[in-house]
Amino acid sequence: MAGLELLSDQGYRVDGRRAGELRKIQARMGVFAQADGSAYIEQGNTKALAVVYGPHEIRGSRARALPDRALVNCQYSSATFSTGERKRRPHGDRKSCEMGLQLRQTFEAAILTQLHPRSQIDIYVQVLQADGGTYAACVNAATLAVLDAGIPMRDFVCACSAGFVDGTALADLSHVEEAAGGPQLALALLPASGQIALLEMDSRLHEDHLDQVLEAAAQAARDVHTLLDRVVRQHVREATISLGD
Amino acid sequence: MLKSKTFLKKTRAGGVMKIVREHYLRDDIGCGAPGCMACGGAHEGPVLESQPQDPASSLCPWPHYLMPDTNVLLHQIDVLEDPAIRNVIVLQTVLQEVRNRSAPVYKRIRDVTNNQEKHFYTFTNEHHRETYVEQKQGENANDRNDRAIRVAAKWYNEHLKKMSAENQLQVIFITNDRKNKEKAVEEGIPAFTCEEYVKSLTANPELIDRLACLSEEGNEIESGKIIFSEHLPLSKLQQGIKSGTYLQGTFRASRENYLEATVWIHGDTEENKEILLQGLKHLNRAIHEDIVAVELLSKSQWVAPSSVVLHDEGQNEDVEKEEERERMLKAAVNEKMLKPTGRVVGIIKRNWRPYCGMLSKSDIKESRRHLFTPADRRIPRIRIETRQASTLEGRRIIVAIDGWPRNSRYPNGHFVKNLGEVGEKETETEVLLLEHDVPHQPFSQAVLSFLPKMPWSITEKDMKNREDLRHLCVCSVDPPGCTDIDDALHCRELENGNLEVGVHIADVSHFIRPGNALDQESARRGTTVYLCEKRIDMVPELLSSNLCSLRCNVDRLAFSCIWEMNHSAEILKTRFTKSVINSRASLTYAEAQMKIDSATMNDAITTSLRRLNKLAKILKKGRIEKGALTLSSPEVRFHMDSETHDPIDLQTKELRETNSMVEEFMLLANISVAKKIHEEFSEHALLRKHPAPPPSNYEILVKAAKSKNLEIKTDTAKSLAESLDRAESPTFPYLNTLLRILATRCMMQAVYFCSGMDNDFHHYGLASPIYTHFTSPIRRYADIIVHRLLAVAIGADCTYPDLTDKHKLADICKNLNFRHKMAQYAQRASVAFHTQLFFKSKGIVSEEAYILFVRKNAIVVLIPKYGLEGTVFFEEKDRPKPRLIYDDEVPSLKIEDTVFHIFDKVKVKIMLDSSNLQHQKIRMSLIEPQIPGIGIPTDISNTDLDEPERKPLR
Repeated sequence: MAGLELLSDQGYRVDGRRAGELRKIQARMGVFAQADGSAYIEQGNTKALAVVYGPHEIRGSRARALPDRALVNCQYSSATFSTGERKRRPHGDRKSCEMGLQLRQTFEAAILTQLHPRSQIDIYVQVLQADGGTYAACVNAATLAVLDAGIPMRDFVCACSAGFVDGTALADLSHVEEAAGGPQLALALLPASGQIALLEMDSRLHEDHLDQVLEAAAQAARDVHTLLDRVVRQHVREATISLGD
Repeated sequence: MLKSKTFLKKTRAGGVMKIVREHYLRDDIGCGAPGCMACGGAHEGPVLESQPQDPASSLCPWPHYLMPDTNVLLHQIDVLEDPAIRNVIVLQTVLQEVRNRSAPVYKRIRDVTNNQEKHFYTFTNEHHRETYVEQKQGENANDRNDRAIRVAAKWYNEHLKKMSAENQLQVIFITNDRKNKEKAVEEGIPAFTCEEYVKSLTANPELIDRLACLSEEGNEIESGKIIFSEHLPLSKLQQGIKSGTYLQGTFRASRENYLEATVWIHGDTEENKEILLQGLKHLNRAIHEDIVAVELLSKSQWVAPSSVVLHDEGQNEDVEKEEERERMLKAAVNEKMLKPTGRVVGIIKRNWRPYCGMLSKSDIKESRRHLFTPADRRIPRIRIETRQASTLEGRRIIVAIDGWPRNSRYPNGHFVKNLGEVGEKETETEVLLLEHDVPHQPFSQAVLSFLPKMPWSITEKDMKNREDLRHLCVCSVDPPGCTDIDDALHCRELENGNLEVGVHIADVSHFIRPGNALDQESARRGTTVYLCEKRIDMVPELLSSNLCSLRCNVDRLAFSCIWEMNHSAEILKTRFTKSVINSRASLTYAEAQMKIDSATMNDAITTSLRRLNKLAKILKKGRIEKGALTLSSPEVRFHMDSETHDPIDLQTKELRETNSMVEEFMLLANISVAKKIHEEFSEHALLRKHPAPPPSNYEILVKAAKSKNLEIKTDTAKSLAESLDRAESPTFPYLNTLLRILATRCMMQAVYFCSGMDNDFHHYGLASPIYTHFTSPIRRYADIIVHRLLAVAIGADCTYPDLTDKHKLADICKNLNFRHKMAQYAQRASVAFHTQLFFKSKGIVSEEAYILFVRKNAIVVLIPKYGLEGTVFFEEKDRPKPRLIYDDEVPSLKIEDTVFHIFDKVKVKIMLDSSNLQHQKIRMSLIEPQIPGIGIPTDISNTDLDEPERKPLR
């Protein structure tokens, strides 16, 4: 049996997309009333929920408080039913811890933390269904949730993954494409300034191709930004209408 | 633009798992027809022709496109590749199925698609919103795909109608599946079977022969008698192999006896390594090289390999006679000779390839079915259907096997290609290339697309990481008529009195970038093959004879290896760099020699050559002191007639000082590079080694020398070299050459290997602890890899993942070793064929010869004048056997009263034996000394002994 052909000669991917195309993105803000901010996003079959509390006083040990800025606390978890095989994932396993740390780094770079010294911002993200690009979905959901909470940020943080197959960079990898084992790049971008909040890569990729893959991921992240921006504007419009009532 | 649709995939084997995948159906996939308004904005440009004129079909005279289904593509690829067939729509569904079922066909169809003149268009129907179909409840994958193809065909017809009403473009669906065709016609799609369509092409009747004949299931029942037992399905075979009831192995047919074969069992089992198969029914339709599953028979049924020579001749199709013959085999069995015997129960993998051979015309004049006899005796005869039997008679043709039904004595096949008249030079060259598996087709469009655009010049970008050495006085020395010059040399005196010597090698890796089609093709070919009158290039001619060839007075890119040496040829400094050079002169060996010897010439080139020559002599002396061997093999060159290209004369190759001068510096460069790349990449350097032969290999040499009272020491390479030098006989000057020829036969084959996979690097013949190939990248792929490694090592180029993967490198080495071996065999076969041509024109010749080997029933002789080796047999069919006494200790053979020793001088008669048209050969017979009853045969009978004229070197 020949392996799966990730990119056909005609330039189509397994699911019918072209190399630079994103999966369908749908998002909603303010899905929970109790939290300060919340959002739900679907990127294809990857579905994530983000909830934000804060800024509020430091919970637990006071020693953790930072004198000049807010503490960003991120927790990632994925639902037992998020993958094809139901698997119990203990809280605080390595993978979740790593993802939590990455999210924290990403949002420390984006949130204007110095406006809230000695306080804490909690971001909880849960993946409900995983089909590739979980990090990207988490970041995008969390961005919307932070915006919903009204916490000041430098810019949106938009994330997208990219891979590299047969000399072509593929944007927004699905699970099938990730599982094939090629190089995989995750990028979180502040689109207005073009600054990179986080960049991570798995597997080996030749230096010469890095620019190409990076550009594909950045372009995809900018596309995500356009979509998220539309969602936010829509949400704000609805909110003002309901206020006006 | 996107329509999202989610569907469920069925569960995988093992754990039950639900897979959810998205599928985006698109509106923007073009139909490929030019002038289509609806698809105007599609991404791909128009591929199909707007008014497909030919081929003129009587079934559908209006312009049309073809749309074949999977089976047509798989089985009739020979037809589709014909230039007459154009404007074909290949559906993605079909392409995917082909990809899963046959990699070679998939590759071929991709090559066809890339050829713009064929106008093949791949329509991505699975992602198109209107042509995507979902699997229905209770419908299997095959039926679903068939339906998808029909839906696409229907969509196309409606789509084309919309495009323009007046010019009635149609898509014709080609399928060999009767039910599928019926359904298609019901749905209003014009559909034909491949046969119907090809037969309707009145302008191209020759296409009919290329149709693969596939017996439909219906046919099989009609024609009665079943000869063979059924092959078991793969799942059962695998079960059986696992449980040990069946054994898996490679089927090897016997050359001598068509009713016998052996199966080499895979794996490391000690016993039953080789299983004998006897009789047509037990062979059960397996063909040479197939991977089969065999069942061992009970011990009482075991048989001994027969010593009978049996060739499948005659036209008989009935099996009774065969059985009679089989019984004949079983007679006279010795208990001890019994071998494990088995029968084939199923085929795991067919390894069919197109076979060369000749047509044996049917006795019935009007018959369209004929038998084809392959050149390789291990392949059974193949039944083909053709109307042009009379034109194909006496010609070499290629035939592909389509299948072997249970009720047929012979496999069915179809005609692929007519190579030409038997005995014609072009035909025979083609045959030997095919039989030695030498890739020799013209380079495909995809490969050529990676060539640099002409006119080519060196740009600023090329100069990055490159040194300008155009000021140096570089020249090249090659054999006359050489167009692929891959090395050039220079030597100059430095200010400090030392000498700077540079070897400049064509920078092929600059043009062949890793991973592209050009690179893959060169890697596949592995080496350029030099035949007597033809060269089969590894890289396209533009590179081999122009851009990479270091011709004189043009700027060329090179990879230079530069040493600083003192006057006693000790290396003080070694440096590698990519460079640009401008060669001052391309000389032949003779021209260079003349310059060196001339007393009057004193120009820069000449002084440079003289210095090089002086250094080379010192280097050579040093090398021989270390124990490098100088061996000899009789090499011949043909003098060709300049117009007919027939060989007029044979000549042994002449060696000049300049030959050894160039060789010496190439060796030095190779060794220096080998050291450098191994230092940098200890795990994945591509090196070349030459293992020391086991002592037993030398036995024949030592014995032969002993018979002449000479001693040959073989404990080390050095003592061997020295004792060979000492082995001279004043009365017999040719003895030393003969001994060296024998010594060459004792050697092992030098091979490429990856340094991480082996720990013995020694090169025995050159007495070097490490060696590689760096100096001929135009004609050897190994050198290209070495160039890349070296370029990375000096920081002149970037690396790529496959370069540092030792398993991938080991695979490359394996292929290269195979290609080099095959190239060598092809070269020898070409020499053998030209020798035949030569003797054909010469008639019967008598020559002096020396005995090279003594065998049990024959002597092998060497004719120094032609460098020709041949076997003189003493046993012949239909004659009383002479009394032969063979002595192994002193290799000698006593026939009647005459004794033949090794190295004896004899006189033989040489002639061409063409009694077997397919296997012509040189026959030698003894004239002097005369033995009563032997020698000059009165009639030229065919001995049918398949001893090759020229033994391959070990």
